[in-house]
Amino acid sequence: MVEVDARGLSCPEPLMMAMEAVKKNPKEKIKILVSEPHQKMNVEKYAKSQGKKISVRQLGSEFELIVE
Amino acid sequence: MNLTSSKKMLWASGAMLGGIAALLAYFGNPKNMAICVACFIRDTAGAMKFHQAEAVQYFRPEIVGFVAGAFLIALITKEYRSSAGSSPMIRFLLGVLMMIGSLVFLGCPLRMVIRMAAGDLNAYIALIGFVLGVATGSLALKKGFSLGRAYETKKSGGWVLPVILVGLLLLSVTTTLMASSESGPGSMRAPILLSLAGGLLFGAIAQKSRACFAGSVRDILLLKNFDLISVIGGFFVVMLIYNIATGGFHFSFSGQPVAHAQHIWNLLGMYVVGFAAVLAGGCPLRQLVLAGQGSSDSAITFLGMFVGAAVCHNFGLAAAAANAETNAPGGPAAAGKAAVLLCIVILLAIGFGIRKREDRQ
Repeated sequence: MVEVDARGLSCPEPLMMAMEAVKKNPKEKIKILVSEPHQKMNVEKYAKSQGKKISVRQLGSEFELIVE
Repeated sequence: MNLTSSKKMLWASGAMLGGIAALLAYFGNPKNMAICVACFIRDTAGAMKFHQAEAVQYFRPEIVGFVAGAFLIALITKEYRSSAGSSPMIRFLLGVLMMIGSLVFLGCPLRMVIRMAAGDLNAYIALIGFVLGVATGSLALKKGFSLGRAYETKKSGGWVLPVILVGLLLLSVTTTLMASSESGPGSMRAPILLSLAGGLLFGAIAQKSRACFAGSVRDILLLKNFDLISVIGGFFVVMLIYNIATGGFHFSFSGQPVAHAQHIWNLLGMYVVGFAAVLAGGCPLRQLVLAGQGSSDSAITFLGMFVGAAVCHNFGLAAAAANAETNAPGGPAAAGKAAVLLCIVILLAIGFGIRKREDRQ
C-alpha cells in the first residue's frame, strides 16, 4: 500500500499530494493521512470524482483515508 | 449544516457573506470598503496607535468577529484544532507583504471584489495582477514549495488570539484608550453591535464554506476545481445588486471612493497579495478564519498584517486615494513603489528559493 503523510501541511498541499499519488499508482491502495477536516473533505471529494472507493477513519484529531 | 456539500450551497454561502457586507455598508461602514479585511486591520492598528494616520483609526469590531466567529463555530462543530510550527516567521513576513500589497492597491482581495461589484475598473486591473500573483504562487507550489508541517499544540494555544481580541474590543468600548477617527474612512462605521454580530456571522460562514479569495483562483489554476470560486461568485452578485439598487454602481476608473488609477501599481500591489496569499495558504480573510479555528501560524500571519499596516502608514508606503476636488491623482509615493518591487523580490526568493517539499510517499 502506498502511504502519503500530509499531516500538518497547508492547503492545497495535502490534495496535491493525494492527486499525485492516485495518478502515479492508479491500481494500488493508497493511505493518506491529513490533519484538518476540510483537507479530509477535499481528498474525499477528489477520490469520489475519480470513481475511487474511499474509507475514512478518525485517529485522535487526525484522519486516515484509504483510497482504492 | 454542510455549506460545502454542493455548488448551490457554496453560492448561497457567498450570497450570505455579500448580504452581511451590504448590510454593514448600508448602516454606516465605508461604502465600497464594507468589510475589507486589510482596511479594517489597518484601522484597528491605528486605533491602537501603532500608526498615526488620523483618517484611518477605529477599533473595528468586524475583525474581532471574523476571528471569534470562526473560533466559536469551530468549537461547536468540533473542527477546532490548536496547531503551530509551520515556519512562523516566514508567515509573519508574508503577512507584512500581503498588507503592503493591499495598501498600495487600497484593499484586500475581498475589497477588490467589492470594488469590482461597484464598477470600479481599477479593481479589474488589480484582478489581473491578483490572478498572475496566484499563478506565480501556484507555480512555486508545483515546483515543491512548502512551509513545512504544523504540529498539534496545547489546546489553549488557539484561544489566545480570540480572547485577546475580545478583551481589546471591550477596552475600546469602555475606555478612551483607543484613537478614533473624526473624519475619513475610519469615522464611517456601522453601530458596534451590528458590526460585531455581522463579523461573527461572517467569520462563522467563512469557516464553514472555506471561503478564500486566493484559494478560489488557485484551485482553478492548479486543480481545475471551481468549488471555492462559487462562494466568491455569490458574494459578487449580491454586492452588485446592492450597488445598483443604492446608486453606488459607477463603471469608471476615476471618481471611485478611496481608490486611485495608477494602473501598474494597482496591478503589482495585488500581484504581491495573490502571490503571498498562495504561499501562506490563504488570503487575509482565510488567515483570520484559520487563526480562529486554532492555527497559531495563521495568528502569526495576522500579526504580520497588523504590523505591516503600521509600517505602511509610518513609512509612507500606503497609496493615497485620488481626490477629484484637488485633482490629485493619488497612488503610491516612491517609497511605496520601491516597497512593492522589494516585496516581489522577497516573494520570488521565498517561493522558489527556500527548501523544497521532501518526498513524503
